[in-house]
Amino acid sequence: MNAPVLLYSEIEEELRSSVRDLLTDHCPPNAVLARCEGPGPYDLGLWRRLVTELGAAGLQVPEEFGGAGASLRETAVVLEELGRSAAPVPFLGSAVVATAALLACGAGEPLATLAEDGTVAVLTVPFSTPPGSGFPDGVRVDVDGTLSGRVTSVADALPAALLVVPAVGADGPGLYLVEADAPGADVVRRTSLDLTRRLADVTLHGAPGRRLAGPDTAAAVLQRALLTGAGLLASEQLGIAEWCLATTVAHLKERRQFGRVLGSFQALKHRLADLWLDTVGARAAARYAADALAGDSPDTAVAVAVAQAHCGALAVRAAEECIQLHGGIGMTWEHPAHLYLKRAKADQLALGTPGFHRSALAALVDLPGPVG
Amino acid sequence: MSSDLRARVEALLAAHDPATTGRPDFLRARFDAGLAWVHFPVGLGGLGAPRAHQALVDAELAAAGAPDNDPRRIGIGLGMAAPTILRYGTEEQKSRFLRPLWTGEEVWCQLFSEPGAGSDLAALATRAVRDGDDWVVDGQKVWTSSAHTARWAILLARTDPDVPKHQGITYFICDMTDPGVEVRPLRQITGEAEFNEVFLTGVRIPDALRLGAVGEGWRVAQTTLNNERVAIGGQAVPREGGMIGVVAQTWRRRPELRTHELHQRLLKGWLDAEVIRLTGERLRQQLALGQPGPEGAAMKLAFARLAQELSGLEVELLGEEGLAYDDWTMTRPQIVDFTGREAGYRYLRAKGNSIEGGTSEILRNIIAERVLGLPAEPRTDKDLPWKELPR
Repeated sequence: MNAPVLLYSEIEEELRSSVRDLLTDHCPPNAVLARCEGPGPYDLGLWRRLVTELGAAGLQVPEEFGGAGASLRETAVVLEELGRSAAPVPFLGSAVVATAALLACGAGEPLATLAEDGTVAVLTVPFSTPPGSGFPDGVRVDVDGTLSGRVTSVADALPAALLVVPAVGADGPGLYLVEADAPGADVVRRTSLDLTRRLADVTLHGAPGRRLAGPDTAAAVLQRALLTGAGLLASEQLGIAEWCLATTVAHLKERRQFGRVLGSFQALKHRLADLWLDTVGARAAARYAADALAGDSPDTAVAVAVAQAHCGALAVRAAEECIQLHGGIGMTWEHPAHLYLKRAKADQLALGTPGFHRSALAALVDLPGPVG
Repeated sequence: MSSDLRARVEALLAAHDPATTGRPDFLRARFDAGLAWVHFPVGLGGLGAPRAHQALVDAELAAAGAPDNDPRRIGIGLGMAAPTILRYGTEEQKSRFLRPLWTGEEVWCQLFSEPGAGSDLAALATRAVRDGDDWVVDGQKVWTSSAHTARWAILLARTDPDVPKHQGITYFICDMTDPGVEVRPLRQITGEAEFNEVFLTGVRIPDALRLGAVGEGWRVAQTTLNNERVAIGGQAVPREGGMIGVVAQTWRRRPELRTHELHQRLLKGWLDAEVIRLTGERLRQQLALGQPGPEGAAMKLAFARLAQELSGLEVELLGEEGLAYDDWTMTRPQIVDFTGREAGYRYLRAKGNSIEGGTSEILRNIIAERVLGLPAEPRTDKDLPWKELPR
């Protein structure tokens, strides 16, 4: 096994700064906040810019299908920056999870569509589905080959044109490509805790679907997609934590009470030092997971479990500290801190909770629980 | 490794076959070949090469069966005295001290902390008064490891009590065989005595053994202390290295001891240990590129927290056996192994991890101020002459 590369390459740093520049110009916190209550919670203008100017949608799509042929390490760097901006774009759902599923199926044609114009695809599973869970049986394949069933709490489904649907037919599990506007397909918006990544319930009533993977491969494809999503979500969580830490530090350097800058009180400094410490750990863990996924390391399952268990909890703590240490203003709707708290809390449940991933380590690293 | 470096290693091995050369002779020859610490200058045991090459030299020599200098026994000399002598020492001091320091023929200790000056080290009260070509030193030092085996010490003493505390300190090299030096073991909560109290009474130090200018001791000491933190946080650790490995082994070996509650805590500990290991690995990759990050302080802080949690967990896991202790006899260990002996010892020894080498509280201040840029707490002591400080 090659030693993992835990630093960022020059190319990765360049990509980061391009994404950050674009987000600084087109995704300021007040715009994100304003959009939350508008008719279209997703910023599809920003998404198009990410796709056309930076090729974000096709980052992990091979060049033969019109993508950039980059590795998941680069994809993870984009997620760090999107997390830092709480950007309302369907990158995780489409360019990470659904793309990983389509790649594992070898589905070149839909991949080319995704990479070319930023068509949004989603894997229709509840956002809380962790890697390692059983194949979902909520959608069945009828004898006429159409799909029927219901999948709740699907992230990024609202702007999706393509649904990658796990479904069970007479011959076993399969993955099917369904067009979101096909007859019999219905995507209904839910009121989500996270204002910047929305959930929807997907209902299928005899919707036509094209099979991408059959009983031999469907379960493995699904696992690969969920594992990729969980491992890379850690990078988004790192970005959230970094924004919260930096914003809180900036506030404490400015805000005066008792005739002193708040940041000079040791009680607060120590809390931030501890938060910084765990953020440093999150960067190492998230990089390791991205590197392991990119290189298909035999240690990938451990790397993902470690990254999710650590980063999922850390992002929530960072957002909670951000609110608390901002005092009253942190509790207001007008301050963007709540966008990060809501994103962090939803991310904590997404693709397996920290507790789930910690427990997964028991089997992965041979630390079994008590008998009985 | 560059071919030049490899050729030097081969030449050393050819001229001094480890199988037939005595240990001190081999180590002296290795020093003279510039392979002791390759990042040191030529003539002082090094080649002016990147620090990262050292591990490769060490590995080559170990593979050839060459003896090492038992770095854990002489850690204070290697990690603290040597970088300070290199940076601030005179040419005479460098050529006199560095070679026997590195070979381990002369052990070093550190006379910094005092009963009244712990975290607030700059408040130290040991006095050095000029007398002709000598300084006469009186005072008491504490928490001195290796003082009972040391030939030399690095010493901080107050040479001017009339200026603010950071300005009146001077850095010396102290001869531990001076008749005015008295070393007493300091027994700690584990029962053993790793450390000593050192009483200095009329100790005469020639001015030629001063390191840096008079009154510049605080600045010189920063070199020493920064290197201490690097040394503590810098070792490569395999997965399940350190305390987690010990606890995990016990867990696997003794299924009858497992409970659900301990299982959750163990998994959290394993996770934290792995995250710290990856952080350390990332820090090493940065250092190899010559980009030292502030993660060093983070490593020390995280390591202490984890070692304490895990060692406490292990005592609980052992149940009735956790009530026992292996031996309270006062011993004087030459090498301290945090993961050695029994669970009770490990639990008690880990309490020192968040105190020695900078308390966790001071490290958090350092992170908050130097990394995050938060302001220092308002202080009343900084500009007062030392002699007027309340004590």
